[in-house]
Amino acid sequence: MDDATAVAQARAGDSEGFRLLVERHSRALFKLAYRMTGNEHDAEDVVQEAFLKAYRSLDRFEERAQVGSWLYRIAANCAFDVLRKRQRRDGRLESLDGDDAPEPQAEAPGPDRLALGGDVRRHLDAALERMSPRERAAFVLRHFEGRSVKEIELALGMDTTAVKQSVCRAVRKAREVLLPLTGAVS
Amino acid sequence: MTHLSDDDLVLLHYREDEGSEAEAHLAGCAGCADRLRALGRTLALVQAPEAPERGEDYGARVWARLRPRLELKEARPKVVPIRGRLWPRAVSVAALAAALILAFLLGRRFPEEPQPLSAEVRERVLLVAVGDHLERSQMVLVELVNAPVDEAMNVRAQRALADELVSANRLYRQTAVRSGELALAAVLEELERVLVEVAAGPDALTPGDLAELQRRIESRGLLFRVRVIGSHVREREKELPRTSSAS
Repeated sequence: MDDATAVAQARAGDSEGFRLLVERHSRALFKLAYRMTGNEHDAEDVVQEAFLKAYRSLDRFEERAQVGSWLYRIAANCAFDVLRKRQRRDGRLESLDGDDAPEPQAEAPGPDRLALGGDVRRHLDAALERMSPRERAAFVLRHFEGRSVKEIELALGMDTTAVKQSVCRAVRKAREVLLPLTGAVS
Repeated sequence: MTHLSDDDLVLLHYREDEGSEAEAHLAGCAGCADRLRALGRTLALVQAPEAPERGEDYGARVWARLRPRLELKEARPKVVPIRGRLWPRAVSVAALAAALILAFLLGRRFPEEPQPLSAEVRERVLLVAVGDHLERSQMVLVELVNAPVDEAMNVRAQRALADELVSANRLYRQTAVRSGELALAAVLEELERVLVEVAAGPDALTPGDLAELQRRIESRGLLFRVRVIGSHVREREKELPRTSSAS
C-alpha cells in the first residue's frame, strides 16, 4: 500500500493506514529530529508528537502533497518547538536572535591542539549549542538536510528574510568556532 | 567596487542567491571568489551528527507507544481532536478499573463469578489498570509541559481529566503502599500533587502560571519518572503468565 492510500485509509477510520505511515516514516523522522535537537530523548519525543499532530490534522492533508514531505514538515516544526522550549528552560532570551545580540566568544584553541575528527565534532556541537532555536533549526535544515529556503519557511513558519538571516547567523557562529581548524585541513 | 558581504557569500554557497547582482559580481571579482571558496572549505567540515541507529522494528515500537495516545476513529467519517473525545472515555475506563481494583483488594467477588479471582489475575488487572492510569497521566503532563509559555493556555480538558485521575491515583497509591511497592507509591504521590493542582486550578492558565507549573513538573523529573515506572509496570504485566480463567 502506498502512502496516499494509507492516508486515505486512515482518514476513513482504519487505523491500519496510519500504522503503516508510522512504521514507514519513523526512522527518517527520528534522524531529522536527532539532527535538529542533538538529543536522543528529545528526538524520540519529537517523533511521537509529530505523528500525534499528523493524526490530528489528517483531514487537513492535501491529497496532492507528498505524505513524506508533510510528515517531515510536521516533525521539523515539532523539533523547532523543542529547541524553543529548551531555550526558555535554559533562561536564555529570544532576543538573542536580534542583530544587536552579543556574538558568542568562540573557543579558539590553536591548530596544534586540535586533532581533526573528534575535535571538529566537539567544536561543531559547541557551535550548534550557541545558535538560537531559529538559527539552529534553519541551519540544520539548510546545511544537513539540504532543504531550500522555501521548504524551511513552510516547515518552521518563518518568512524568507527570517530564514535567510537565521542561516547566515548560524554560519557565522559555526565559522567562528571552526576557523582554527580550516588552516589545518586546507 | 563594493565587495560581497559574508551573508551574500553564504547565500551564494547555498545557491539561494543565483541570478542576483551578487552572483554577477562574483564572476568578475577574484577576491570574493576566494572568500567563497574559503567559506566552502569551512562548511565542508560541518558534517551532520551521526544519529543513533534505529532498527527495522523502530516504526513498530513507535506505533506501540503512539497507539494509546490516538483516538482511533474506527468507522468514523471525521477526525475529531483528541481532547474532545478520548478523555471522557479514558475517564470512565479509569474509574471502572479503580472500582474493580478496590473490589478485588477487598476480597469481594463479582456476583456472577462463582469463584474468587486468583492472585495472578488480580495482579494482572492491577498492573493493566495502573499502566493505563500512568499513560493517561502522561498525556496530561506531556500536554502541559509541551505547551508554549508565551500565551495563555486553556486547560479545561486537562483539568477535567486530572480531576478524574486524582481519585484513581489515590487508590493506586494506597494500594501500592499496602503492597510494599514504595517506588511506585512515591511516583504516584508526586503525580497526585500535580494532578490535584491542575484539577483545582482555573480553566485558563496565564503564561506565568503555566511556566511555573512546567517548572515544578520538570524540576521533579516527574514526566520521566512516570514514563519509567509506567514502562516497568508494563514489563511486569508481560512477565505474568497468561491465564484465561480464574483458578
